Amino acid sequence: MSATAAAHAASHSVARMPSHTGPANKRIVTGYGFWIFLLSDFVIFASLFAAFAVLVHNTNGGPGPHELFDLKSVAVETGALLLSTYACGLASIAAHRRSAIGFYLAMLVTAIFGAVFLGLEINEFYGFIDKGAGPQRSGFLSAFFTLVGCHGLHVSLGMLWLFTMIAQVFAKGFRDDIQRRILCFSLFWHALDIIWVGIFTAVYLYGVYL
Amino acid sequence: MLGKLTWDAIPFDQPIPLAAGAVVALAVLAVLIYITVKGWVPYLWREWITSVDHKRIGVMYVALAILMLMRGFIDAVMMRTQQAVAFRSNGYLPPEHFNQIFSAHGTIMIFFGAMPFMIGLMNFVVPLQLGVRDVAFPTLNSVSFWLTASGALLVNLSLVVGEFSRTGWLPFPPLSEMTYSPGVGVDYYCWALQISGVGTVLTGVNFVTTILKIRAPGMTYMRMPIFCWTALAANLLIVAAFPVLTATLAMLLLDRYLGFHFFTNTGGGNMMMFMNLIWAWGHPEVYILILPAFGVFSCVVPTFSGKPVFGYRSMVMATMAICLIAFMVWLHHFFTMGAGGDVNAIFGTMSAIIAVPTGVKIFNWLFTMYGGRVRFTVPMIWSVAFMITFTVGGLTGVLLAVPPADFMLHNSMFLVAHFHNVIVGGTVFGALAGMTYWFPKAFGFRLHEGWGRWSAYFTIAGFYVVFMPLYVVGLEGMTRRLQHYDVGAWRPWMMVSVFGVLLALVGIVLEIVTIYVSIRDRESLRDEVGDPWDGRTLEWSTASPPPEYNFAVLPHVDHEEYYWRIKQAAARSETLPEEPHYVDIEMPRNSATGFVAAFFATVMGFALIWHIWWMVGVAFVGAYATFVAFAWRDHEEHVIPAETVARNDHARRAARAKALKAYSPR
Amino acid sequence: MRIKRAAVLTSALALSGCEISIFDPKGTIAAQDAQILVDSLAIMLAIVIPTLIAIVAFAWWYRAGNTRARYRPDFEYSGQIELVVWSIPALTVLLLAGVIWVGSHDLDPGAPIKGAGKPLTIQVVSLDWKWLFLYPDQKLASVNELVAPVGTPLRLELTSGSVMTAFFVPQWGSMIYTMNGMTSRLNLRADKAGDYYGEASQISGDGFADMHFKARAVSADDFAKWTQSAAGVPFDAAAYKELAKQGLANPALRPLAAPDLFSDIVTQKLPPGPGPKPSLRPPSVVN
Repeated sequence: MSATAAAHAASHSVARMPSHTGPANKRIVTGYGFWIFLLSDFVIFASLFAAFAVLVHNTNGGPGPHELFDLKSVAVETGALLLSTYACGLASIAAHRRSAIGFYLAMLVTAIFGAVFLGLEINEFYGFIDKGAGPQRSGFLSAFFTLVGCHGLHVSLGMLWLFTMIAQVFAKGFRDDIQRRILCFSLFWHALDIIWVGIFTAVYLYGVYL
Repeated sequence: MLGKLTWDAIPFDQPIPLAAGAVVALAVLAVLIYITVKGWVPYLWREWITSVDHKRIGVMYVALAILMLMRGFIDAVMMRTQQAVAFRSNGYLPPEHFNQIFSAHGTIMIFFGAMPFMIGLMNFVVPLQLGVRDVAFPTLNSVSFWLTASGALLVNLSLVVGEFSRTGWLPFPPLSEMTYSPGVGVDYYCWALQISGVGTVLTGVNFVTTILKIRAPGMTYMRMPIFCWTALAANLLIVAAFPVLTATLAMLLLDRYLGFHFFTNTGGGNMMMFMNLIWAWGHPEVYILILPAFGVFSCVVPTFSGKPVFGYRSMVMATMAICLIAFMVWLHHFFTMGAGGDVNAIFGTMSAIIAVPTGVKIFNWLFTMYGGRVRFTVPMIWSVAFMITFTVGGLTGVLLAVPPADFMLHNSMFLVAHFHNVIVGGTVFGALAGMTYWFPKAFGFRLHEGWGRWSAYFTIAGFYVVFMPLYVVGLEGMTRRLQHYDVGAWRPWMMVSVFGVLLALVGIVLEIVTIYVSIRDRESLRDEVGDPWDGRTLEWSTASPPPEYNFAVLPHVDHEEYYWRIKQAAARSETLPEEPHYVDIEMPRNSATGFVAAFFATVMGFALIWHIWWMVGVAFVGAYATFVAFAWRDHEEHVIPAETVARNDHARRAARAKALKAYSPR
Repeated sequence: MRIKRAAVLTSALALSGCEISIFDPKGTIAAQDAQILVDSLAIMLAIVIPTLIAIVAFAWWYRAGNTRARYRPDFEYSGQIELVVWSIPALTVLLLAGVIWVGSHDLDPGAPIKGAGKPLTIQVVSLDWKWLFLYPDQKLASVNELVAPVGTPLRLELTSGSVMTAFFVPQWGSMIYTMNGMTSRLNLRADKAGDYYGEASQISGDGFADMHFKARAVSADDFAKWTQSAAGVPFDAAAYKELAKQGLANPALRPLAAPDLFSDIVTQKLPPGPGPKPSLRPPSVVN
């Protein structure tokens, strides 16, 4: 009896040999922390998605999704954002290879497609407001403008960050801390894509389907 | 030019808030002048305001929390006295003032009292217990603190400039919409919480990353002290729940500022969506408050029982179970919405289920005392008081989770008594236990035992005398937030309750005396060794106060009770472990980023509240420029040479070697 | 917008003589709610009282000064104890879950009261800061006074003409929210004649503390008499709009001239109350 217990205890302690080697390096910590931050950002969007789902039918006698949404324009928007993200991926590779020219070019392409996306979105918003379908019109439109607008706001702030990163690389080169920030920026930009896929599906496609 | 801000914003016609505001403003001014005259400003700026040291930030969090707890307590005194006198009369507080007071009381106590206290303790303790030098993002940590302080400042500013929310600690629409609350009160509430909320989320991100990625070698998950587990759970809750609050308040703000229709009566809004969203954050919030307190007790009870915590794995499992179930019970805050039998039954049952892991924790502390040698120091007094009080609070909580019982008690004084029973009895007792327990680690001397004991007795007695009568009036049908009432049966209980406030006040005064006496007699209360309580976890292995870098060399952990074991081994062999090889240590440099960014955040919040749009723009540019300036710096770290490390550690070892002779191993 | 409270106070004074305690139920729902409350309490006390005793006993017996207590510094795990500490709360909660499940369904506010006669429909509208009770079948509109015949099931339909609040007569039973644009349902039955205290139980603004009403349970004859006593100008949409303005009101009974008043409020054909006039700090509402 006691022999088994002892053997058990022994195997127990073997299983608990220190496999953990201490604090992770800065790149891992930064990337990991930024992912946690992005998850919290996703929760904000989750709340806005929930609000949209609750209010989508509350049109208050105003226009509903199928009367407003122009899927063609949204498809172009989506394409622009995806291309922008692709370019952002290229910028990461260029940064990894420490190619300044490649990095600037790829970031510029990222910015251009980002701007196209924003332009189309602003155009869409402007068109809605012009038709008397602004966010004050109904609960549905409030939720729509807030959800899509919040994503747009993220893209706008991302653009600000993008140019700051270009300036940082120009001034400081590919230092370790700059590389970590480039990593975070690209995580951010890709996360916006994930959100957009959700918006495209749950807002536009589903809205028109309703 | 100044938006809605005019001289009307200053309540010249209302003597009570004006006088209170003037006194506070004068006190702050006096303190500032005193500090300046004494020449302490450079020291404060260098060592505290710009510090990115988790220990300093932790201390500042706790200091802010104590200040705000006192402000909230003053509100409580006003509410209790008002309800004591406002029987068939209007008392001394008109409704528009009384409603601000209970709203401010709840907001301040939860967001700027209890939460910063817990976050402060986590800040101070977690890296020390994990055996590391700092949190994952030290500068971000400073930003978090100063944003919290910024929110607290805005809430207190509303005392003198404008008004505070009059809709309760949660601004339920449509009452909080522009139609029914046209003043700036709700805006103060929302912007203060948005700003401090950003700080809280960043804290959550920081601590989840720290606990998951920055631990001493060998510190596997199942070797972390329970406090680190509860901190992990609380911060996971922060990361997952606080963004919901941010989004919900943003929607309310859009309704108020731009005429959106999220929660309005008209235009297709849905007020019950607010209830669902706010409680989807609000229920996890109470576990954000209580879980770290559970962690404190899981440190205090084993230490003063002279035993490891009983059922470590159960404790971990219970903590994580609470963390998960916390998200599945929000609807019990509005059973009376009339959602139907199935919905109410499911959420009622889920709420009752949370009592299981919580009960397990109580039993495990109980069995930690079993077979121990319990020393009734001040932290232990708080802990035993907690176990009893929290069990009672848990009982009434589960009672409220039974829908038909809730139909009678929802929104009543019974509910008020219940949540104070768990939040005061759990979080506040835990905060005070933790403060007393870790005070010597932070400052190098203990708090005076005798005075602290009396403070605890009075506060605990005061708590019971205040809140037990509220259970009774709740059962007599008294609803909460009544500015006056005409029911004779409630009156005597209100008088008893106000007497309890007096007892609690004595307790608080005694706590201040304790701190004063302890500072005065600090030489006789000095903790030379760094282990005043015969502790078991890693924070007690370093000096008190710990050096900036915490540990001369990172420990190599090989057991749950690693420090306890090496301490016993050293005591048995009467020799300290071998002297390590010291190397240079890199530590992050101080940064004004947090302070400056919070300055701009405060300005932006104020400008938004009063619709001063140009100032909003200026503040945004300022905040952005601050971060760019931070990103532009070339030197992130400074080096502490190995000789300095060695010198400090030699002093620590000498003190330990001396103490070793007097220590008898267990 | 200052309001004289004197008149309102007198009516409140008359009210304060009555009992309120929820352990003194005067309606079937209140009695059942209270029963469930007591049952749940009993189930939990069975585990809570021994726990409280154990906390005190363990803390006292294992105090450092007690040399008779055995010190077991390595006692940190016991499978049996673990099993017990998990299973006892789990079993308690299992039992309680049964109470919750049955109670939630039996006492759902929307569920009609079983085995009783023809129910009386009363429509309840919460306003800033008064209660409007409409009796569509009797064509009555009563402000701040709810009168019901003893023993007759009451089918309450509730809404709000302004902010959200809650309707509650502690001795009759369950409270329920009133929400603008929505109808909530509550079924009650008063079982003993008397005057009871009714209140708003969700903060609704500056006049909240005065937003209580008298709930009277009377005999069938007295109820018939009461329905005949309506006097004054018939209550119509215009009268409603006037009443919906912020302020307090005295009890009054008037004939109901607008039969669709309740549905007009719910569908917002009659818009929700206007709230205070925009100003930085609204003036005192109550003197």
